[in-house]
Amino acid sequence: MASHAQEITGPELGHETEWSGGANPYAIPSKKLGMWLFIVSDAITFSAILIAYSYTRTSTEVWPRPFPSASIINATVMTLVLLTSSVTMVLAVRAAKMGFRSRAAGWLVATLMGGVLFDVLHLHEWFGLIHEGVTPWSNPWGTPQFGATFFGLTGLHMTHVTIGVVYLAIVALGTVRGKFNADDVEVSGLYWHFVDLVWMFIFPLVYLLSAKIG
Amino acid sequence: MHEATESAHVESSMRAIFTVWFSLLGLTGVEVFLAYQQLELKLMLALLMGLSLIKASLIVAYFMHLRYERRSLAFTLIPALIFVVGMMFVIFPDSIRILMMRVK
Repeated sequence: MASHAQEITGPELGHETEWSGGANPYAIPSKKLGMWLFIVSDAITFSAILIAYSYTRTSTEVWPRPFPSASIINATVMTLVLLTSSVTMVLAVRAAKMGFRSRAAGWLVATLMGGVLFDVLHLHEWFGLIHEGVTPWSNPWGTPQFGATFFGLTGLHMTHVTIGVVYLAIVALGTVRGKFNADDVEVSGLYWHFVDLVWMFIFPLVYLLSAKIG
Repeated sequence: MHEATESAHVESSMRAIFTVWFSLLGLTGVEVFLAYQQLELKLMLALLMGLSLIKASLIVAYFMHLRYERRSLAFTLIPALIFVVGMMFVIFPDSIRILMMRVK
């Protein structure tokens, strides 16, 4: 790893350790650092609303548990779809780094199809709840905060997935046309994995802790 | 670039990726199983959050490749995130106070 870092920055820049800074202290492209900084700020956004949800739930006497097994199975399948799409994303980055442009675009399309499937399954869940009378302002169980936090949290996440689908489509097109290189695919991959990561917290906090048992 | 070491790294990292993928699927299965156990809410929350943090770390380290970057990148990003999220919890005990007021 040390030799890898040295290759990129070059000994001529005169750093001995990775803490000595210089022109390229992280040894990654600027756009990759930019995406990492965006991800940290977005992680803070999601943390804030997850904590707000937990705060609201803790301060409420009775919180509804409206998810029957069918919903839990649906959400579990969504989790599997998202985790699998992360693997296809890794394969896209790998193909791009090896210089196989159309193969990389193919894996990108597979990844974004996972995102589309995730959205379809989640919207199915949403429409089911809306049909039961859940809105952001009220629901049949008498705890209106449930709808506000549920739609707010999952809606923001769904927006991220949808933006990711569009982003990956643009990167796939640009990769085939030779406009984007392997770095661009990798940066889009960071975003996609992050959307996957956030779901790993929403799934247990929103769905599993509100499973209707018995 | 050393072509041989580069491709060896790619091969070994692909094996790691599939191991991580299976681990994530397994941990998800454990979480779903836990959801149907009659556990106390606080214990359940602690277990689920513990498992989710493991899953998140695996995604960041392997899928997002942070493990293979310079360590300075992780040291720049992660402590700042932990600090800010930690600061948000400062107000959290207030939720219990509000609950007590409502119960009364």
